[in-house]
Amino acid sequence: MAELRLGSVALVEPAALRVEDLRTHFLTSDGIARAVDGVSYHVGRGETLGVVGESGCGKSVTALSIMRLIPDPPGRIVAGRVLLHGRDLLALDEAAMRRVRGNEIGMIFQEPMSSLNPVLTVGRQIEEVVALHGRLSAREAAERAVEMLRLVHIPEPARRAGEYPHQLSGGMRQRVMIAMALSCNPGVLIADEPTTALDVTIQAQVLTLMQDLQERTGTAIVLITHDLGVIAECADRVAVMYAGKKVEDAPVQALFDNPLHPYTRGLMASMPRLDTPLGSVRGTLPEIPGTVPRLSRLPEGCRFAPRCPLAVPQCREEPPLLEYAPGHAAACWRAGE
Amino acid sequence: MSVTAALPDAVRFRPLVVRRRGFAARHPRIMVAAVLLLVLTSLAVFAPLITQYDPQALAVTQRLRPPSWQHLFGTDAYGRDTFSRTIHGGRISILIGVSVAVISAVIGTMIGLVGGVVRWLDPMVMRISDGLMSIPAILLAIALMSLTRASVGTVIVAITIPEVPRVIRLVRALVLTVREQTYVQAAVSSGTRMPRLLLRHILPNTLTPLIVQSTYICASAVLLEAYLGFLGAGPPPEVPSWGNMIAENRTFVQLAIWNVMFPGGFLAMLVLAVNMLGDGVRDLLDPRLAGRLR
Amino acid sequence: MPLLILRRLAATIPVMLVVAVVVFLMLHLSNGDPAAIIAGDNATTEDIERLRASLGLDQPLAGQFVSWLWQLMHGDLGVSIFNRMSVTSMIVQRVEPTLALTLLTIVIAVLVAVPLGVLAAWRVGTLTDHAIMGLAVAAFSCPVFLIGYALVQQFSRTWRILPVQGYTPLAEGLVPFLQHLALPAISLGLIYTALLARMTRSTMLEVLGEDYIRTARAKGLGVMPVLLRHGLRNAAVPVVTTIGLGIALLLGGVVVAESVFAIPGIGRLTVEALQQRDYPVIQGVILVSSLAYVMVNLLIDLAYLLLDPRIRY
Repeated sequence: MAELRLGSVALVEPAALRVEDLRTHFLTSDGIARAVDGVSYHVGRGETLGVVGESGCGKSVTALSIMRLIPDPPGRIVAGRVLLHGRDLLALDEAAMRRVRGNEIGMIFQEPMSSLNPVLTVGRQIEEVVALHGRLSAREAAERAVEMLRLVHIPEPARRAGEYPHQLSGGMRQRVMIAMALSCNPGVLIADEPTTALDVTIQAQVLTLMQDLQERTGTAIVLITHDLGVIAECADRVAVMYAGKKVEDAPVQALFDNPLHPYTRGLMASMPRLDTPLGSVRGTLPEIPGTVPRLSRLPEGCRFAPRCPLAVPQCREEPPLLEYAPGHAAACWRAGE
Repeated sequence: MSVTAALPDAVRFRPLVVRRRGFAARHPRIMVAAVLLLVLTSLAVFAPLITQYDPQALAVTQRLRPPSWQHLFGTDAYGRDTFSRTIHGGRISILIGVSVAVISAVIGTMIGLVGGVVRWLDPMVMRISDGLMSIPAILLAIALMSLTRASVGTVIVAITIPEVPRVIRLVRALVLTVREQTYVQAAVSSGTRMPRLLLRHILPNTLTPLIVQSTYICASAVLLEAYLGFLGAGPPPEVPSWGNMIAENRTFVQLAIWNVMFPGGFLAMLVLAVNMLGDGVRDLLDPRLAGRLR
Repeated sequence: MPLLILRRLAATIPVMLVVAVVVFLMLHLSNGDPAAIIAGDNATTEDIERLRASLGLDQPLAGQFVSWLWQLMHGDLGVSIFNRMSVTSMIVQRVEPTLALTLLTIVIAVLVAVPLGVLAAWRVGTLTDHAIMGLAVAAFSCPVFLIGYALVQQFSRTWRILPVQGYTPLAEGLVPFLQHLALPAISLGLIYTALLARMTRSTMLEVLGEDYIRTARAKGLGVMPVLLRHGLRNAAVPVVTTIGLGIALLLGGVVVAESVFAIPGIGRLTVEALQQRDYPVIQGVILVSSLAYVMVNLLIDLAYLLLDPRIRY
């Protein structure tokens, strides 16, 4: 089912989720903000795709577009396809899409405290999903909820199911979110900055949990984050996004060994590392100069050019996404230099 | 519904067109309210010039006439011209409304500031204002009016007293919030004395919500005054306040409903205009207040 | 938890004390001699002196207050000057119509306002929203008598389907009971409904912007469960608070409604007492209605315990 197109990565088996040329625009008082402007990626069964980029690059909007949770007004998905096991989600009517959400795709969010309903017990919130999609009776749903809590390693799951979100710690709440998202055995899990709001030690636990569950259930995971460390830990492949476009796509090892796009290189360089020599000439952390462009006033051609150390006049023309090594593509005229 | 339609973005977003429009178009509520208020206030201020009949002039031969070219709003049970009385009634209502709003704002702010700043007085201030707020405003006003000789002045006092606690609560809450702000704590730690603190930091932050609240109080006062007049607890009978007018004409409401509808309608318009103004100003100055006030 | 309830109950005492003080002081600090005021314009000097002695107004102020308070706690609200009946019994006699009207109004208002508020919030910015809010602001500004007389004109005189005025106790039949209370409840309820609808809408708007609503939708829940189970349940506390605070408005409006529709309740009692300068009755009504208001808000406070688990644990 894979179509060979210039710039896309060829697949041998069909992907669980494939996003093709997605465009989501927002109407603002400033003009039209092209938050997602032609993004394509895919993730296979049992695979973890890391989507990385700064705030405002469109990684969350892409995820919300996949789930069709973009508020309209002011936003609208204007082009593209989202294929879940070959089925285009953007062509479904709302009722059909509701059957997909929570059931075939699960999603977890950044702030576990505010993402859980404070007036319902955590057990009830999990029961809701399974009862809805699985047509289970109340008792079956309650049992499944406790089972899910046990699966995510929450101690005393039966007791905890009757507690409210504010009675749990941050790490436990995120586990509850994971339990909720996976309770109907979806083929795909979208995790939008799942560990950003957590302490570092809890972060590690939650990420390990996600990886364990993936091994067991074969769920495809789209892991959205701005933290390269998390990417290095968990991702199999990585898509780097900037200002609404994907600028690089590579297997994780290849990305760290040989980043092709100047933006990716900038990100890597600005990561604080334990082996950065103190007191040396390069004592200050390098940063990418400038700021992210306004999505309603995007520059002509390559969007990164204004901040790019390698910019040349040719960059006024938008560079296509080209494959430079097996599975490793980048959108830059001077990729790899 | 295919999402990949070939229509250009501009066409597809048509229902959401956003242009830079003028102030009037972007804030229709304030404009409507302002225009209405302007009309009503002008009518009230220029009342003696507009109307040809003296509001108190009796004409027993002309009792209960329906609206006509001679008497735009008809006449009442004593033959007095309803139009003239209605317009003059507006003067009373506006006067009372504004007076109550201003006086309650001043007194309430002073007490609220004291309560918010002088910590040991705070519980007492709160209890007193809670207590006053537990008494329905009309009943409190009626009780006060029953103890004194009726006049416009006493009506103003009687209405102000129940409205003051609302201001006290608002100001106190604002003071407490502002007090916790880091810039105030910074000022305190750098040695700023209380009066300066109040003037420079605390007071300016209370102004916006106070203005909005006062607008609502004005509307409430106008309504309350009319109710008092209607129940016989308002200004003395010879004063042509709207409440008094309706009270006088209620026995004849079947025969001459215009004598009730016109003053009542004007009352509703005035209160509506003031409420709309309050809403509009609140949304203009700080949309976040929408949840906290009124 | 019982401790919590007890504490809330205890908090109402200082408030009621303040009300008692205010009521007491009003009479004694007003311009003029309290005894003369109570005795009325036609009293002779001897009448005034007699009244002063019988009411104990010649005692020191603090002493008077204490003994009066003592009386109050035993349910003795004093004696009417006009007809020498106990104020307490007068109030008890007239309480049923007022209670019926108030309760009916609250029920109608909540049933109408909350769904409208939720609808307006869900459809924020659309014509539906603007229409509902426009109506709300207009309704909020309408004086009770204006709507009252307009409704009477239409429903009672023109269409003749509802009575002009008066009250029929429930004991004499449900239909006449409702017929007599319909127009007063609507006139009175309009303002209350408008207030409640506005508050519901603004709270729902805040709630609908929260993250857990996004989670609920991401789980595939339909519009109703999201709006109600996730939305309204979280908006419940502020909405219920407004219901409680609005009671003060309602109690005031009841006085006017009873006057317009000739309902023999406590509001009418107050107006009569006002005309007769029967101050003990006015005093009694204030005390009773303040108590009612405080108790209702106490119940609402306790309702929070049920509605918001964060307060409980």
